[in-house]
Amino acid sequence: MTLNVKERRNKTGTVLVATGEINSETSGSLLQTLLPLVREGKPLRIDLTAVTYVSSAGLRTLLVVYREAQHAGVAVTLYGVSEEVRFVMSATGFLDFFSAGEAEAAAVKAAAKATAQARAAR
Amino acid sequence: MTEPASEQVLRVDAYPTHEVGGYRVRAGKPFPFGANVVPGGVSFSVFSDQATSMTLVLYKRGEPEPTAELEFPQEFRTGSVFAMTVFGLDHENIEYGYRADGPYDPVTGHRFDARQVLSDPYARLIAGRDVWGVEPDRSRGYQYRSRVCLQDFDWGDDTPLGIPAEDLVVYETHVRGFTRHPSSRVTAPGTFAGLREKIPYLKELGVNCIELLPVFEFDESDNPRSNPETGEKLFDYWGYNTVSFFAPKAGYAATGRYGMQGDEFRTLIKDLHAAGIEVILDVVFNHTAEGNEQGPTISFKGLDNATYYMLTPEGYYFNFSGTGNTVNCNHPVVRNYVLDCLRHWVADYHVDGFRFDLAAILGRDLDGTPLHNPPLLELLAYDPVLRHTKLIAEAWDAGGLYEVGNFPAYGRWAEWNGKYRDTVRSFLKGDPGITGDLATRIAGSPDLYSSRGTSASVNFLTAHDGFSLADLVSYNDKHNEANGEGNNDGGNDNASWNCGVEGPTDDPGVNALRTRQMKNAMAILLTSQGVPMLLSGDEVARTQQGNNNTYCQDNELSWFDWDLVDENSELLRFTREMIAFRKHHRELRSTAHPTGQLRDSLGLPDISWHGERAWQPDWSPESRLLAVARCGTGDDDVVYVAMNSHWEAHDLELPALPGGRSWHLFADTGAEAPHDIRTPGGELELENAGKYLIGPRSVVILVGRTPDAEF
Repeated sequence: MTLNVKERRNKTGTVLVATGEINSETSGSLLQTLLPLVREGKPLRIDLTAVTYVSSAGLRTLLVVYREAQHAGVAVTLYGVSEEVRFVMSATGFLDFFSAGEAEAAAVKAAAKATAQARAAR
Repeated sequence: MTEPASEQVLRVDAYPTHEVGGYRVRAGKPFPFGANVVPGGVSFSVFSDQATSMTLVLYKRGEPEPTAELEFPQEFRTGSVFAMTVFGLDHENIEYGYRADGPYDPVTGHRFDARQVLSDPYARLIAGRDVWGVEPDRSRGYQYRSRVCLQDFDWGDDTPLGIPAEDLVVYETHVRGFTRHPSSRVTAPGTFAGLREKIPYLKELGVNCIELLPVFEFDESDNPRSNPETGEKLFDYWGYNTVSFFAPKAGYAATGRYGMQGDEFRTLIKDLHAAGIEVILDVVFNHTAEGNEQGPTISFKGLDNATYYMLTPEGYYFNFSGTGNTVNCNHPVVRNYVLDCLRHWVADYHVDGFRFDLAAILGRDLDGTPLHNPPLLELLAYDPVLRHTKLIAEAWDAGGLYEVGNFPAYGRWAEWNGKYRDTVRSFLKGDPGITGDLATRIAGSPDLYSSRGTSASVNFLTAHDGFSLADLVSYNDKHNEANGEGNNDGGNDNASWNCGVEGPTDDPGVNALRTRQMKNAMAILLTSQGVPMLLSGDEVARTQQGNNNTYCQDNELSWFDWDLVDENSELLRFTREMIAFRKHHRELRSTAHPTGQLRDSLGLPDISWHGERAWQPDWSPESRLLAVARCGTGDDDVVYVAMNSHWEAHDLELPALPGGRSWHLFADTGAEAPHDIRTPGGELELENAGKYLIGPRSVVILVGRTPDAEF
């Protein structure tokens, strides 16, 4: 299983959209993509909506990026974490390190729900 | 900004020097043993004293057949250690093992068989039993597969809690059993993650240490028996047959199928620490899952049988464990293995201590002779990494060695105090002639631990091995038919009493008596000097329906039924308040054995004994009533505990109190809830200061303090 990544830049920062699996085979190149983005110093959002599986090595890669960003004073958030990936991240403690991203993801989810409800009410 | 992780320091040993089987390799480092990720590859190191050759067998994860077999070149051998670094391996997606060739000659102790692929004794992860209870494919040649793992967990600011032993309240539980019951309502029942969700319950209960039944990888499916009544498969539920000593059990992790059990277990420990709860592991070094001559070859047997096991002169396995084989614990190599293992759990998992199953075996020589100065026990006592961990011995073994009170302690070792259990159980059921021994036990067993202090005594009334507390007061005899051994397994000497009816009953009188007896047990246990240990579920009257040996019962006989939290809230509340009471009274936790000397400031001795008349304990064989008053130093309260196992009520004359103090009622198990117990500090002052009527089979706890004393 491969991992495809696409960058999208906007005024507030960079969004990296990942598709596929983040495992020991794919995490090396993901790290090489992410580290330069962290060094740019702009907020970075990693969209995992289309990521089906994150292995132990994958979780470590995400945490390394997060640690690098902490050192650089850059905000990194995860977005679109699937239920299964979220469960694995929670059970293994990795989720605790990404609290900011989770809050944002929850806010986005709540906003989406509110939008949907508003549409339904029309 | 720090250096990014991708920019590594260049190392000479990051380059291969040889090629074996198409893989680039170089000589590895003999230490540390096991498989360790190094720059560019994985270093494998394994010991075998008598192997003539060693081969590293590599598999792609989950594949039945090996992808490569790499024989260690002769020059990669240092002493009896084979070490090789293999480059270019994807450490996450390989499984590995060893083939060791050498003599097959059981009479001289050697059982080499190069056809077998062997697990690495130092494997930090094991694949093959990834999800609990999934029937394994036994046709596969290599069942328990060693895996490589990184040791890079982010512990944050987690540090050992260092709770003084005398302040512990230990809670013995089983990772799976604690949350497997549907009533647990956790996200992942039966796992480390599930237990983590129940931390608030533990915190509210007030325990500050959990002792986990074995969590090292074992094979729950290695029990061939079925329940004769239902035909259901029986398991190796408790897990005392260790398969791999460095690997956490994958089947206990919700993420075991992803190989993330290590991180999941560490996260549990980290969160327990954050809640003020220490973690003690029940470890089993007396035997392994390899069994006797008929047992499977998994690891030690094929790598170096004569080193790892105690063998008779004819090459058979000594059986001091009662399970077929006995680990050769005081062989110098095995000593180091045990030490390495425990260091691993302390350094890499932040474990706070260990309870050693059948620890008397750890004091036996290579031929089974008990040693006066066992080097392994000394080694563990003084080891720098283990220095501040708790070491608790089950100080007996199945070979007849019983060392309670005599276990070589080196100022460090505590013991499960089996004599405490037996004495208090006998007293509770109303046996005559017990009060004298009861006094010794509740004062921290000075006869056994005079030079070691009270915290050498781990006091318990129930443990996984035996009746639960509810069953202790509901059954005269064990009822182990479901184990498929004709009710011949499990202990016969239970000192239990069914309160008049064997098993469940609708008789309100019998049930009230049982509840009272459980409260009596909790009250005595939690006011005794020494370290109290509770069996998980006893605080809510968990029953095993009379089965006193549920080692094989992965079902509701063993699981914690969370509906009992509401159903038996009366007992739960009582236990919770008793734990809180213990925490608030230093005099109950003193490390020094009481001497009966006067405390100058109060004019009362540190401990005094009483009967129906103050200052006149009745030590006669017919006596079933004993009261004890404890007095701390300075301005501490006085704690008076009266224990009546007689079926009659008795009038107690209370000792007079100095310094404007008066007696306040904390608990009376003879009273109806909610008047059976109060919150510490909220005790009710007695109206009749000098007297108290203690009911039949009851415990009364009073606090002597000034009425306006600040809590």
